[in-house]
Amino acid sequence: MLSFIVRRILASILTLLVASFIMYVLTAYSDNPLKDLQASNAPNAQLLIGQRIERLDLDVPPPLRWFGWLAGAAGCLTPFTPCDLGTDLNYTPVTQLLPNAAASTVRLVAASTILAIIFGIITGIVSALRQYSAFDLGMTFVSFFLYSLPSFLAAVLLKEFVALGFNNWLSSGDSSIGLIPTLIIALVIGVIMQALVAGSNRKRLITFAIAAAATVGMLYYLDAVDWFQQPGLGAVGLLLLIGGIVFGATAIMAGLNNRRALIGAAIAGVLSYASYFALQGLFDISTVWTIGILGLATLAVCFVVGWILGGNDRGQVIRVTMVVGLLSSLLVVADRYLQAWPAYISSPRINNRPIATVGEQTVGLSGDMWIMGLDTFTHFLLPTISLTLISFAGYTRYARAGLLEVMNQDYIRTARAKGLSERVVITRHAFRNMLIPITTIVAADIGVLLGGALITERVFAISGMGALFAVSLDRVDVNPVMGYFLVIAITAILFNFLADLSYALLDPRVRVK
Amino acid sequence: MTNATTTVTQEETAGQSQGRLILKRFVTNKASMVSLVLLVAIWVFAISAIGIGPIPGWWHHDYRTPSASIVEGGRPTVSLIPEWLGGAGIYLGEHPFGQNRIGVDYFAQTMRGVQNSFVVIVLLAGVATVLGTVIGAVAGYYRGWVDAVLMRMTDVFIVIPSIVVGAVVGAMTGGLGVQYLAIFLGLVAWMGIARLVRAEFLSLREREFVEAARVAGASDARIIFKHILPNAMGVVIVAASLIAAAAIILEASLSFLGYGILPPDTSLGLQVSQNQSAFATRPWLFWFPAFFIVVPALLINFIGDGLRDAFDPRQKRFSIRRTKELPENAEQRS
Repeated sequence: MLSFIVRRILASILTLLVASFIMYVLTAYSDNPLKDLQASNAPNAQLLIGQRIERLDLDVPPPLRWFGWLAGAAGCLTPFTPCDLGTDLNYTPVTQLLPNAAASTVRLVAASTILAIIFGIITGIVSALRQYSAFDLGMTFVSFFLYSLPSFLAAVLLKEFVALGFNNWLSSGDSSIGLIPTLIIALVIGVIMQALVAGSNRKRLITFAIAAAATVGMLYYLDAVDWFQQPGLGAVGLLLLIGGIVFGATAIMAGLNNRRALIGAAIAGVLSYASYFALQGLFDISTVWTIGILGLATLAVCFVVGWILGGNDRGQVIRVTMVVGLLSSLLVVADRYLQAWPAYISSPRINNRPIATVGEQTVGLSGDMWIMGLDTFTHFLLPTISLTLISFAGYTRYARAGLLEVMNQDYIRTARAKGLSERVVITRHAFRNMLIPITTIVAADIGVLLGGALITERVFAISGMGALFAVSLDRVDVNPVMGYFLVIAITAILFNFLADLSYALLDPRVRVK
Repeated sequence: MTNATTTVTQEETAGQSQGRLILKRFVTNKASMVSLVLLVAIWVFAISAIGIGPIPGWWHHDYRTPSASIVEGGRPTVSLIPEWLGGAGIYLGEHPFGQNRIGVDYFAQTMRGVQNSFVVIVLLAGVATVLGTVIGAVAGYYRGWVDAVLMRMTDVFIVIPSIVVGAVVGAMTGGLGVQYLAIFLGLVAWMGIARLVRAEFLSLREREFVEAARVAGASDARIIFKHILPNAMGVVIVAASLIAAAAIILEASLSFLGYGILPPDTSLGLQVSQNQSAFATRPWLFWFPAFFIVVPALLINFIGDGLRDAFDPRQKRFSIRRTKELPENAEQRS
């Protein structure tokens, strides 16, 4: 194992060296780095040209200049030596430019990766379990469509329809949903739900009716309380949702027959519900750190509760309890964010048009953590969606194919033959084995997503790493381009490495050598 | 009498070659065949409208020079609703897709964009497929240090996201014209196919027919290209179709970012980029190129899916309900 890791690291460093050389030379030869000065008619243009040539060593041919860059960059990898990635054309060190740019990009890519994994895998599993149903065929078409939809088109469409549409609707003053949209939404949800159930026509018809009726009732209620102007889950809504989580999580992860798991989940739910009343005062003055500590405390308490209740299958009970505790307390936090919504949208900077289409935050907006959190949310919502769509389609297809493949294996038949319930067969035997190939694909995809962020950042005017790269490439500003390249290349290599390692850990049949 | 019987038996038992079976499976796949016909139709239509090089096309407007007058404020003049339905009748009008801000005929521009994306698909996918297949085949066949060197080289190119290297290559070659852009992009898009072909070769090279060829005195090149490669064609063709679909998106994205095809030539991605700010006032300037990016990519994806099913029909044969209700059926299918 150790020799595998060492050899992989050496090979990665070699790969990185060669790739950085290619990148450096390609960028340096892409155009003339002096073009802006040569075109300018400033009186001191000649002086500036000379200065730039001297300070950036532009008189050295690029393949040789790369060694100079490498000498500085090597300092970043070893401790106690200065990290020098060169400067941009304005002589700002790249090491100053990168961290700010990277923060936005990492937030964007991390959020979309997580969302794409969750939704992609869930959709893929349902598609596979309902193979050739209307839902499956529909999702197949949707994923093909998303494959064929360039992210800049998705981004422009989101801006024009979702953002403008929602903002117009909200700021028009009359934010009721209206009869026809209500019916359309109910119809769509009903159709999706009946496709998910898949069974006799009668069963599907009943499901359709219930789902559609529930949707109409829900929308009518939201309308009546003017929810979109003053949203919030409220004590009753929270109770219902947490109850749903308690039963849903237990049913999927442990089965409702498992009394210990159900009791553990119920305790976790009750604790979160109690914290909703107890913590409102603390929330008003809290920071991100407070929430983080509270979250850790929740997990710790849930762990202890699960441990005590555990019995024979302690691990399972602990898992259920912790998942329920985490999801329920997320709801409590989400409710607090929703409480800040009226103050947010009515602030003069927002003026009832919350969904932003450019930038990372509203200029000149100030407020507590909740207001600023909402501001970040509304700014990153659309970029995150458009980036998620890129990988969502792929993950759905892989999850579907993976589960179908696994369900064909003999050990699944064995599991069924020994009388395990379908839930246990799917969650314990099939699901876990299905995840093995997905880890590799997700890790390999990180690089693609980072590249994709280039386009998303351009469309939404986010000054992340992609923007840094694009601006620098236009100016033939090699050092920032190389800084960007280093970050994404190292990330890609690291994640590929992690994928290989996790592959070996998850699947005992794989031996690393 | 005996003669006739023999012919009948021969006809009945006449084996079908693997290629014929695959072709039959593909032709019977409705979605793929419809996609193929539509795709060819779109391309023939677009290319003949603009013409190739010095040969003029049948469309009477140029995609570069503005028309003398702006008709109906540049709105599309095409009408598809017949009179008996209360519409204006079916006709094309002077500028069926409208005109852009300076009055250039938008139908000509869009068709030129489709033509350019066709050139990119053919050249990019062609270069990438040939390069990837050769590299993968050589690496998988020879193994050892050749494999190690070639695969490390592949890693080097994989580390750089294609959009990034595309941007650099595009910035270098964008002004040269669409063919150079496509070929250079093909030079950096072969990695996926190389890995797939290598994996296929690693397993195929151990089979008996390779041994037989070697005993018969075939050279390495002959074994690779005449004996093993035909058996790996399925992987190559399916991967090539995926590259072709990705090529449309890559070219459009690069042109959108300003690194791909540059004015005065035009590209679908460039058109979206130039007109996205006019979305509220002239939405057709956005919708027509968007349509001709998404639809061909979608059609190619469907064709690729059909190809995959034709080459590897095993994937399709599983149904959870069937295995649960009729275990003996599942036995036969798997």
